[in-house]
Amino acid sequence: MGEVQIANYTINFGPQHPAAHGVLRLVMELDGEVVERADPHIGLLHRGTEKLIEHKTYAQAIPYFDRLDYVSMMCQEHAFVLAAEKLLGLQVPLRGQYIRVLFSEITRILNHILNVTTQGMDVGAMTPVLWGFEEREKLMEFYERVSGARMHANYFRIGGVHQDMPDGMAEDIGRFMDHFPKVLDEIEGLLTENRIFKQRNVDIGVVSAKDALDWGFTGVMLRGSGVAWDLRKSQPYEVYDRMDFDVPVGKHGDCYDRYICRIEEMRQSVRIVQQCLREMPNGPVIADDHKIVPPKRTEMKATMESLIHHFKLFTEGHRVPAGEVYAAVEAPKGEFGVFLVSEGENKPYRCKIRAPGFAHLQALEFMCRGHMLADAVAIIGTLDIVFGEIDR
Amino acid sequence: MDEFWTGYAVPGIWIVVKILALLVPLLISVAYLTWFERKVMAAMQLRMGPNVVGPWGLWQPFADALKMVVKETIIPTKANPGVFLLAPMLTFMLAIIAWAVMPVGEGLVISDINVGVLYLFAISSLGVYGIVMAGWASNSRYAFLGALRSAAQMVSYEVSMGFVIITVLLCVGSLNLSDIVRAQENVWFIFTPLLPMAVVFFISALAETNRHPFDLPEAESELVAGHLVEYSAMTFGLFFLGEYANMILMSAMTTVLFLGGWLPPLDIAPLNWIPGPVWFLLKIGALLFVFVWVRATFPRYRYDQLMRLGWKVFLPLSLLWVVLTAGVLMAFGWAPGGA
Repeated sequence: MGEVQIANYTINFGPQHPAAHGVLRLVMELDGEVVERADPHIGLLHRGTEKLIEHKTYAQAIPYFDRLDYVSMMCQEHAFVLAAEKLLGLQVPLRGQYIRVLFSEITRILNHILNVTTQGMDVGAMTPVLWGFEEREKLMEFYERVSGARMHANYFRIGGVHQDMPDGMAEDIGRFMDHFPKVLDEIEGLLTENRIFKQRNVDIGVVSAKDALDWGFTGVMLRGSGVAWDLRKSQPYEVYDRMDFDVPVGKHGDCYDRYICRIEEMRQSVRIVQQCLREMPNGPVIADDHKIVPPKRTEMKATMESLIHHFKLFTEGHRVPAGEVYAAVEAPKGEFGVFLVSEGENKPYRCKIRAPGFAHLQALEFMCRGHMLADAVAIIGTLDIVFGEIDR
Repeated sequence: MDEFWTGYAVPGIWIVVKILALLVPLLISVAYLTWFERKVMAAMQLRMGPNVVGPWGLWQPFADALKMVVKETIIPTKANPGVFLLAPMLTFMLAIIAWAVMPVGEGLVISDINVGVLYLFAISSLGVYGIVMAGWASNSRYAFLGALRSAAQMVSYEVSMGFVIITVLLCVGSLNLSDIVRAQENVWFIFTPLLPMAVVFFISALAETNRHPFDLPEAESELVAGHLVEYSAMTFGLFFLGEYANMILMSAMTTVLFLGGWLPPLDIAPLNWIPGPVWFLLKIGALLFVFVWVRATFPRYRYDQLMRLGWKVFLPLSLLWVVLTAGVLMAFGWAPGGA
C-alpha cells in the first residue's frame, strides 16, 4: 500500500441546525472532532433594511429596527430615535426619558434570559430555557400593554414614546422585578455551579482583552474579557447618569465569564428598573412640537391646526435638517449604533446600522479553532448572535 | 405421537406463552415510558405535557405509534440499504432478547441459565453495533460522527461496568440472576459497602442507554440527531423503542444487581404480602424516574470529558473496589463457596 492521503472532514453546520441560532451557515473543517476551520456564511436573512429605510419617512423607519435583532427590539428603536433627535435638536420630556430607560432595561432582561438559557440548552440543559420563557412571557406582556404588540413594539418615537404607561402598570412591573431575582436564583441553581456546565464553559472560547478590542467586540463580549466599557456609564444617554448601577466585568474572557456577566447584568437591570419606577416624574412623555410629533387624536378631531399637522405628518412626514450624526446605545448584545445622513428631506439619505453581532460573528473562526465541535456550539451560544441584525 | 406432544409441542407452546406474557407488558411499558417521561419532564419544566389525546394524554403513545407506522420509510440514495435497514432491527432485537434471562419474580424467568449476567452483559454491549451500523450506512456526516462517538463512548465505560459486575459476583458466587437476588435476602447490596459500585453502575447505565448527560451520539445541539439523522417512520421507531426498552432493561439490571430484585425492602408483614413482580416493577419505576430526572437537570458532557470520566475515574475506582472486595472476602473467609 502506498502513502495514504488523509483529508479533513468538512461539515456543513447549518443553516438548518438546532444550535445555529437562526440561519447561521458554518462550513467547518474537522480533524476528528477538533475544529480546524470554521467559516461563517452570512446573508441568508438579508432583507435590505438599510436601503428600505432610505425610501421611508423617519417615522416609518422605526418598525424596521424592531425587526433587526428580534429579541432586543426597543433598544434598537432607541438608537434610531436618538440619532434623529440629535439631528432635529429635539428635547425629550423627562418622563419620556425615564420610560425609555425603563423599557431599555426590560428589553435587556428579555434578551439576556433568552441568551443565558439557550446557552444552557446548547450545552444540553433543557430546563432553564422553559423556566426563563415563563418570565419572558410576562415581560412581553408589559410590551403589549404599552404598545399593543408583544415583540415588534414600535413604541419609541422621535421626541419621546408613543403613549404613557397605562394605570397600574408601574406597580405590576415593580411586582415582577421583586419576584424576578428569585427565578434567576433558580436558573442559576441549575447552571452556575453545575460541574458539567462548568466543564463545558470554563476556558472555552477565551478572548483576551486585546483581542476583544482588536475584533471590535462590544457589550458583554468585551466586558467578559475584563474591559469595563459600557456606553451607559462612559457616555450616558437619557437619564442613565442618574441611575445607580454596577457594570459586571469578567476576568478570563471565556464562555463561563460571559454567562456570569449576563446573569449579573440582569440583576443590575432590575435595580435600574426599580430606580426608574421610584424616581419617575409625572408629565408628558413626548415632545410638544407638532411639526414633528403627531397631535393627540382628540385634538386632531377638534382643531383645524391639529388636523393639518396630522395630515402632513402622516402623508409626507417631517423634514430633518441636513447633517450627519452617529448615535449609539448599549443594546443587550453590545454597542448598537445608527449613522444617519440627512439632506434636509423627509427621509434619510443614508442609514448605516452598526450591529454588534456582526463584529462578534467574524471572530467565530478565531475563537473556535482548536476547540472541539461541542465547544463550537457553546461558543456560538455565548456570542449571542441573532441573524436579524447581522444580515439586516 | 405422544412423545411429540409431551416432548415438543406442549413445552414449545408453554415457552411462547411465557414469552408473550413478558413481551406484551414490556412493549406496553415501553410505550408508556415515553408518556411518563414527557409528563414528568413537563412537570419539572412548568409545562402540561401531552394532554390532548385521551384523558391526561394517555392515548398519546398509540397516536405516536400509529404515526410512525403509516409514514413513509425514506432510504437516502447514498445509503447502503441493507445495513441501513438492519441497524434498527438489530437495536430493537437486542433490547428485547436480553429479557430472556431477567427474573421478574421468584422462579418467574423464561430461561434460568447459570451465566445470566454474562449473557446480559454481552447483549447490552452488542447494542452499540446498531448505532455504528446506522451511522455508517446512512452515509451522512452527522450520523457518522454520532457513530464514532458511540464507539468511543462504549469502550470507555463498559470496562468499569464489567468490574462493577465482578464485585457483585464475588459477593454472590454465582452468575445466575435469580441467585444474585436471593443472595440479597438479608440486605440489598446497595446498603452494603457496594454502594459506590451501585452509583458507578447506574451512571454507566445512563451512558449505555445514550441518555442525558451522555447522549453524545445523538446530541441534538451538536449533531442534530446523530445516528438517527436519516431515519424516518418505523426505522426510526425501532431505534426509539429499542432505546426505551434498553432504559427499562438497564433499570432492571440495576434492580437485580443492587436493589434486591423482586424482594421487599424488609421481610415483615405488610410488605411481604405484595407479590414479588410488583416490587420489581416499583423499583424499575423509581430508577426510570431518576433517568428522566437526570435528563431534565443536567447539561451534556463533551465527548472527551466522558472518556476522561470513564477511564480516569470509574475504571480506577471500580478496580480498587474489586481488589478491596476480594481482599476482604478472602481475609475473613466470607467468600461464597468456601473458596
